[in-house]
Amino acid sequence: MLRIDNLHATVGDTQILNGLTLEVAAGEIHAIMGPNGAGKSTLAYVLGGRPGYEVTGGTIEFMGQDLLELEPHERAAAGMFLGFQYPVEIPGVSNVQFLREALNAQRGARDEEPLSGGEFLKLAKEKAALLRLDMEMLKRNVNVGFSGGEKKRAEMVQMGILDPRFAVLDETDSGLDIDALHVVGEGINSIMRQKEGGPDKGVLLITHYQRLLETVKPDRVSVLAQGRIVATGGPELAVQLEEEGYEAIMAGAAV
Amino acid sequence: MSEAATLPTRKDEAWRYARADALAALDPARLARWQDITLEPGETRRKCLVLDDEHAGIHRVRLTVGEGARAEIFSAVTGGDYTRLEVEVTLARGAHFEFGGVTLGGRDTVREFVTTTVHAEPEATSNQVVRAVHWGQGTGNFLGRIDVARDAQKTNAAQDFKGLLLEKGASVNAVPQLEIFADDVKCAHGATVGQLDEAARYYMASRGLSPEQSRRLLVRAFIGDAFVALDDADERERLMNIAIAKLDRHL
Repeated sequence: MLRIDNLHATVGDTQILNGLTLEVAAGEIHAIMGPNGAGKSTLAYVLGGRPGYEVTGGTIEFMGQDLLELEPHERAAAGMFLGFQYPVEIPGVSNVQFLREALNAQRGARDEEPLSGGEFLKLAKEKAALLRLDMEMLKRNVNVGFSGGEKKRAEMVQMGILDPRFAVLDETDSGLDIDALHVVGEGINSIMRQKEGGPDKGVLLITHYQRLLETVKPDRVSVLAQGRIVATGGPELAVQLEEEGYEAIMAGAAV
Repeated sequence: MSEAATLPTRKDEAWRYARADALAALDPARLARWQDITLEPGETRRKCLVLDDEHAGIHRVRLTVGEGARAEIFSAVTGGDYTRLEVEVTLARGAHFEFGGVTLGGRDTVREFVTTTVHAEPEATSNQVVRAVHWGQGTGNFLGRIDVARDAQKTNAAQDFKGLLLEKGASVNAVPQLEIFADDVKCAHGATVGQLDEAARYYMASRGLSPEQSRRLLVRAFIGDAFVALDDADERERLMNIAIAKLDRHL
């Protein structure tokens, strides 16, 4: 679904990604782990096309398209969702208004009919309930006055409503207590696990810790260090990282 | 008659940010024309003014607001090379003046609100919220003077201005001017100038909104403040739509 080949990227004048190669197949939940400063968030923003994150080499193919040719909003319409580590507050714009316009913009770009106000509210209620977020919160302005945990749950409600084909989740587990972590993990499973007969789905799950992976069981785990993937394995790699630390794994991979 | 004899220049404080060429071309008769409105004690009256291309130029309104009365003006200034809404208000005891205005414009247009609010007697209140959205070489101004007379105790007056510059080259000016001769009063004023929040725009793009769509949502949120106190939802929507349509036509 997603094929990244020899990706180089800079932020300002600093080289962050250094020949990153990674493939995520349809149906796969692929966890990316790595120490601070390895380039995890940069990878997420490069995939999302954030201004200031400049690709200086390599290619990214997403569902048969050249991702780097697409503007950020076109990537969303193509089915890519970016879950932010720090969701942005937008005073004066309600979640309901924002998400309905966003969903209908995406549907329009795919030549699908827009959802009516009633249809949208029904969908929003269903997804808010899934993430146990009070529907009243969705009537409030986007992320304004939300706690850290509420922002992360609201991100997942957005993902549920937009129903993307592929999600890049950047430390969605940070700032969550144990219970919220479980709710969010179940939400990811429910929204992003490929279903029998359903469309292809995939997830790139960026995380520091193994905890979220206990609920969202990854199919593959890769270690990102110094801007490159230095090891890839099955779920057991995450457990090994938790026990032995990054340094041991990285030493073994001879970075 | 002396008013008609001498045209204002930019040396006059109240005309400081006006367009010089427009001032020189002013018709003295037009300048001398004030619309006088008197609100009886206890009366409430509201006026929504759209100053678009067909209503460009200088508009001067003089309000005398009786005891306990409430005067409301909401305005969208979207037209003309130089368009100015000038309001002089005199408040009697316990009266209230509510003002909400937005200016929008590009090219080299100048659009401005100039208000003088006289708290002549005790316990009167006033609240003014102005939002200015400009691009090109456009300019938006808010000159707001508040005079609190010597015995106008318990006056409560507030002014809030925010400018949003969509392009380099646009500008806004805010000139709050407070003359307070009473000692038990509250007068608040604030002014800020900024650009569209790029972090918010990227966040919105990541959810599928085009640059035009995110700008429209953010501008709508920005100017909405000026009409919060307008409790007629249809009128509020009408003013908002006029403002947003202006933006859509030119950007």
